[in-house]
Amino acid sequence: MKKLFSFVMGAAVIGTALAPSANAWWWGKKGSEKASITVYTALEDDQIPNYLKSFERDYPNIEVNIVRDSTGIVTAKLLAEAENPQADVVWGLAASSLLVANDRGLIQGYAPKGLSNVKPSFRDPAKKPSWVGIDSWISAFCVNKIEAQKKGLSIPKSWADLTKPEYKGHIVMSNPASSGTGYLSVASRLQNLPSEEDGWNYLDALHTNIAQYMHSGSKPCKAAGKGEYPIGVSFGYRAVKQVNMGQPIEAVFPKEGSGWDVEANALIKKDKIKPAAKTFLDWAISPEVSREYAKSFAITAVETDVPLPKGFPSNPEKQLAKNDLQWAAVNRERILAEWAKRYDGKSAPK
Amino acid sequence: MYFKKNLNKSFNILLLKILIIFVFILVSFFIIIPLLPLFLKSFSDNKNNFIGLENFINYIQNPSLTQSFINSLKVALTTTFFSVLIGFIYAYALTRTRLPFKKFFNTFSLFSLYIPPLAVAIGLIYIFGKQGLITQGFFGTIPGFDINLYGFNGIIIGEIFYCFPQALIILVSALNLSDQRLYEAAESLKASPLRKFLTITLPNIKYGLMNSFFICFILSFTDFGVPKVVGGNFNVLATDIYKQVVGQQNFAMGATISIYLLVPSILAFLIDKNFQKNEASLISGKSIPFKPRKNLIVDSIMFIFCSLILILVIGVFSSIVLASLIKIWPYDISLSLQNFRFSNVAGNGYEPYFNTVFMSIYTAIFGTIFVFFTAYLVEKFKPLKKIRMLIYFFSTLPIAIPGLVLGLSYILFFNKPSFSVPFLDFQIFNPFSLLYGTMGILVLANIIHFFTVCFISATTTLKQIDKEFEEVSESLKVPFYKTFLRITIPLSLPTILEIGSYYFVNSMITVSAIIFLYPAKIPVSSVSIVNMDDAGDTASAAAMSTLIVLTSLFVRLIYEFTSRNVSKKSSVWINPLET
Repeated sequence: MKKLFSFVMGAAVIGTALAPSANAWWWGKKGSEKASITVYTALEDDQIPNYLKSFERDYPNIEVNIVRDSTGIVTAKLLAEAENPQADVVWGLAASSLLVANDRGLIQGYAPKGLSNVKPSFRDPAKKPSWVGIDSWISAFCVNKIEAQKKGLSIPKSWADLTKPEYKGHIVMSNPASSGTGYLSVASRLQNLPSEEDGWNYLDALHTNIAQYMHSGSKPCKAAGKGEYPIGVSFGYRAVKQVNMGQPIEAVFPKEGSGWDVEANALIKKDKIKPAAKTFLDWAISPEVSREYAKSFAITAVETDVPLPKGFPSNPEKQLAKNDLQWAAVNRERILAEWAKRYDGKSAPK
Repeated sequence: MYFKKNLNKSFNILLLKILIIFVFILVSFFIIIPLLPLFLKSFSDNKNNFIGLENFINYIQNPSLTQSFINSLKVALTTTFFSVLIGFIYAYALTRTRLPFKKFFNTFSLFSLYIPPLAVAIGLIYIFGKQGLITQGFFGTIPGFDINLYGFNGIIIGEIFYCFPQALIILVSALNLSDQRLYEAAESLKASPLRKFLTITLPNIKYGLMNSFFICFILSFTDFGVPKVVGGNFNVLATDIYKQVVGQQNFAMGATISIYLLVPSILAFLIDKNFQKNEASLISGKSIPFKPRKNLIVDSIMFIFCSLILILVIGVFSSIVLASLIKIWPYDISLSLQNFRFSNVAGNGYEPYFNTVFMSIYTAIFGTIFVFFTAYLVEKFKPLKKIRMLIYFFSTLPIAIPGLVLGLSYILFFNKPSFSVPFLDFQIFNPFSLLYGTMGILVLANIIHFFTVCFISATTTLKQIDKEFEEVSESLKVPFYKTFLRITIPLSLPTILEIGSYYFVNSMITVSAIIFLYPAKIPVSSVSIVNMDDAGDTASAAAMSTLIVLTSLFVRLIYEFTSRNVSKKSSVWINPLET
């Protein structure tokens, strides 16, 4: 019996012990003198190493541990960890998500060095802003030229075009209830027509043409790229990237202006705020890394001399439709409830 | 002498009681207690103010609920029907016929379970999507047809991929243990094959059959991975949770919907408990294992059936491999091996892959020990009936908890540095918080996430082994752990290995719980697949999926090799005279 019991106990002990030791073994790095910070981000996975190059060069003594996920997952994780925050810094997360986190008291206001370079609409106006933007992402249509031609569709140029009967069943869009990109398109339509009522009428008309509401911001564009559906309502960076990958996509920035949100940084409130976290936030709006952002994003929070990336409209700031981030955050629950009532319940398969 | 005997006996029982309570505590801490904070949230708003049943009422009043609920029910019923049917025929072919190439079919029986869900979706889209091979008739060479992948049809195919192997596992272990003597008796009474099937085979496996219905129903009722990617506008309850939790960070509403999701599994548990009251064991000390005889017609029908299933599964896998080699589907079909060099995509190269392999190995080892021991204590003994019932009930719960709910609950519980004692100004250190941010939390989450199927598989096997063994040991004054080590374990070894390999393959592909829990320093590959796909690198995502599938297949081959040796040995236990 002893044998059995000690076996079971042993297994339990080893189980808990193996994990951290395996960890140390994998990483070989023992805490040592190197400061380390944990950074939560929703920036694109393939860009992060490029951005980090200058940080690693300038601050070799700070180890940066990146946790990268989609906006929704990162935000959910932040909120769930509220009692004992694991992240030190949030880097490049939707400002609308940071507003929610700030609302729950998870964020420590901090004015990073060089804050004066950041355009006013790209930061929380507070003296110690809870969030500071780095770039802006804007809604755009991905139109598959080959499929559009096959189906005899003209390339839509505006939001209004999307409601034309010829596009019925050919448009996919992010579901605003599951994706921030979907929500910014919806919120933008509601703010940019003469009245909110007109906004809903527009969405009613759009709904009759929508084939699918998809559960991610980039998916409509990916579906368009693979020819699953000719038109995807997604966001600009995505559209331009797929064009550059060689897919038969045309990136369309709607005539009436795009919905937009800011990707922003924030300092997480915890008992011990590491100096390295502030160093990171200072660096994250520095001109050098901003130039890297500018290579993929048409609009950055810190003005740079980098030429506009291929595929974006020539005056991107003009492309931004009227948008009040605070309004969008405050009214989100109400808008989504209304949206679900109108379009979600009746979406049985056809 | 008399005194000593009694002491031994009472020591035995005391030990048993301690072990049962120990397991009860573990199960409570890993399953029930982590769920409590989340469930409390369902009675409060997002600022933690108590609002009673308001969330539940709000959700019911939402007109899309009835639709989601009906949709979930439709999906679950259809999936269950087909999964159990396919699983049963396949399992029957493997255990009760002389199926040609049986080893091959056995090795590939769980193949669809090796494929990460996202990759299944990629594969299905490449075959049945609007530009899919079949939809477009292989690039226009033959007339294509559109199955309308996005929506109900896609969900059903995806769910069957995921559920039928689970039914298969349970049914194989049920069909494996059988008594040749019953069939011989039936034969001498000139019973027809149909009659033998209806009066011996079916009643013998009714428990396994019942369980596979129960498992498939709940799995397809609660899964959100498949509906999320191929569901189109077909809403189900699980995608409603996703929208609330990930889309809107509304944990309270997410928790509320999770409770609705738990209802059918609690019902299933109650039905199940009623059902097994009259259950008798099949394998007694005198049983003789079943030896299938050649039957050309049955064997060839089975061969065709199993081949068709495998062709579909391997077809999907091939299109994933193809996806990993093709440059721009479907417009530039040039091939390259570029995509297997992950360093230029996710930045972590092969590291997530190795982390995942180690995580899966730990899960397989510790999970199997824990699950089997728990099932054994619950199934084989008389003391502490109520507590054993509770352990049983807790063990059936994890299957109904969607991965993302489990992941969030684990954050809330394991990331809590201390508990405050009610009414006292006193904090107790939470020892489990040490696990947070380590490999341990990932392993634990996996063990619990896949606990139910393993537990049921173990109890199905244990039930079929006659309690006579324990009773005889008891009267011979052999302590129970000797019986356990010398009889129960050897007899159940095939099932134990099956559980281990089930844990392994599931841990290789799981995303939903892990995506919230993986620490910054331990990236895992199923998450990097999602990230690569997010970044538009479908090809790299497919390449990583291919690696994962091949790894699971490799482990399966090791399993096949071991279990062949093992089943020889365990059949010796059933009938020592045979060798």
